[in-house]
Amino acid sequence: MNEHGSARSERLTREDAAYVARLARVDLTEDELDLYAGQLAAVLDHAAQVAAIATSGVEPTAHTLPLRNVLRDDVVRPSLEREEVLAQAPRAEDGRFWVPRILGESP
Amino acid sequence: MNASELAGRVRTGETSAVDVLEQHLRAIEECDGELHAFLTVLGDTARSEAREIDRRLGAGEAPGPLAGVPVAVKDNLCTRGVPTTCASRILEGWLPPYDATVVKRLRGAGAVVVGKTNLDEFAMGSSTENSAFGPTRNPHDPRRVPGGSSGGSAAAVAAGLVPIALGSDTGGSIRQPAALCGVVGLKPTYGTVSRYGLVAFASSLDQVGPFARTVADAATLFDVISGHDPLDSTSLERPNPLALARLEEGVDGMRVGVVVELLDGADASVVKRVHEAAEALAAAGANVEECSVPEVSYALPAYYLLAAAEASSNLARYDGVRYGLRVDASSAEAMNGATRAVGFGPEVKRRIMLGTYALSAGYYDAYYGQAQKVRTLIIRAFARAYEQADVLLGATTPTTAFELGSKVDDPLAMYLSDVCTVPTNLAGHPAITVPFGVDDLALPVGVQLLAPALGETSMFQAAAVIEGAAPAGALPQICAPTIGAGPTSTRGER
Repeated sequence: MNEHGSARSERLTREDAAYVARLARVDLTEDELDLYAGQLAAVLDHAAQVAAIATSGVEPTAHTLPLRNVLRDDVVRPSLEREEVLAQAPRAEDGRFWVPRILGESP
Repeated sequence: MNASELAGRVRTGETSAVDVLEQHLRAIEECDGELHAFLTVLGDTARSEAREIDRRLGAGEAPGPLAGVPVAVKDNLCTRGVPTTCASRILEGWLPPYDATVVKRLRGAGAVVVGKTNLDEFAMGSSTENSAFGPTRNPHDPRRVPGGSSGGSAAAVAAGLVPIALGSDTGGSIRQPAALCGVVGLKPTYGTVSRYGLVAFASSLDQVGPFARTVADAATLFDVISGHDPLDSTSLERPNPLALARLEEGVDGMRVGVVVELLDGADASVVKRVHEAAEALAAAGANVEECSVPEVSYALPAYYLLAAAEASSNLARYDGVRYGLRVDASSAEAMNGATRAVGFGPEVKRRIMLGTYALSAGYYDAYYGQAQKVRTLIIRAFARAYEQADVLLGATTPTTAFELGSKVDDPLAMYLSDVCTVPTNLAGHPAITVPFGVDDLALPVGVQLLAPALGETSMFQAAAVIEGAAPAGALPQICAPTIGAGPTSTRGER
């Protein structure tokens, strides 16, 4: 339960917020989890209006363009300068981005 | 002085690009301490660009329609070798390795880029208070917000620090701050202006567009930045709608629909101004009728789900690997989470959370899928409205500029200030806001014109008529000395 109300917190609990934060790869503090759980519940309450709209048989719209597939010849063209791109990385080594260990971790 | 006058004087040699630039750099130095419209001011590179314009003019070349015109660019548009922060700690210090296509087009038209303007972090917000580097003030009342997310560009143009600027509009981020600062702001048809080099927020909604103090300058800038770009896969391969060339053709016989849902809940002073603008169009020969597009009222909740969902996906790239901030940790996943915790501000975290939730298993159909279907209903509703009307008219924002701090702790209240602007983005249509007088507190009021896809030509014609009939605007409290002096420096005196 949080200061933003009870009915809403049924919609999005603090545990839900912690789960979503994990999916989104954002570490949140305990205080942030409380704050965002309440605020997101309020926004989702408003967003629930869309659930009440009759849409059976309506196609979803992902974008508004009259898109068609386009093919072109595979021509070699200049791309971004590798050194200029790597120079912006927090850490680079031997022409590659350097990151902490990814494989072999315990889950 | 407006952009077309400046370019004219530079071309005829009445003044030089260098002199014009120095004048504007001085104005920025005098005013921007209080205003905080700029995150970066480009003194030296701008000076060398201006010298190059003067050299080309001296050599008999024609540098373009914006010859020597200083322009400001929202700091979510990439500028090679120049900081592009999106007003976020996570991109602090990043130097893009390329220029956005619109930046190249500005320079190709002779414009001189003088700086990068403040915004809500990653363009998420309606007040510019979500900038990691502090808020921008409204030049008409420094205790009030300039709107957002392109608040820096709007404030810089309103205060006379630059005659024109670029912003981006995902749910109203050009039109809402333009209205609150008393300038013209255009959100073009989706696909007419390249998004290459615009840092992505919600890719199916984002569009770059102009700020200006006159409709003609906005038209000039739209003509410069629009057109096909092979580097943007969503760029339309067809001719641009003409803006400037047909601006003065009037509205005789044009069908204008005043949308009741775009006035619902708006302040009485705003509603009154919209009705006055409608009367001005009728007096100029347009057939003005009230109309209803009820589905417009579904737009706000659908928008906030779709935009957040797209944002949560787009912002996954800020993971501490290729650019920007990294907070070191023993594993890659821990590094990702720690970096994003420190790098993102509260509103960005909220939107990422909302979007991730709306896309997550078990909720996808109820939230994201349903919002996409509602988007279809809104598009159909506009299509029906445009069988009866060539352009639509309504409020740009339900209120005039609000006070700093008044909505920042209540995300939903902040989101509601976009209620009149988001329907356009969902439909992919163009819309423009034109300043039309002030309210009882002498704060600017904007009226909004909407048109079907690629309907910019008619929309600009109606905008020009509204501008010509507009009651005088107020002089900003914070402004460059030049803005009050010139005969055509403010819209109301045009």
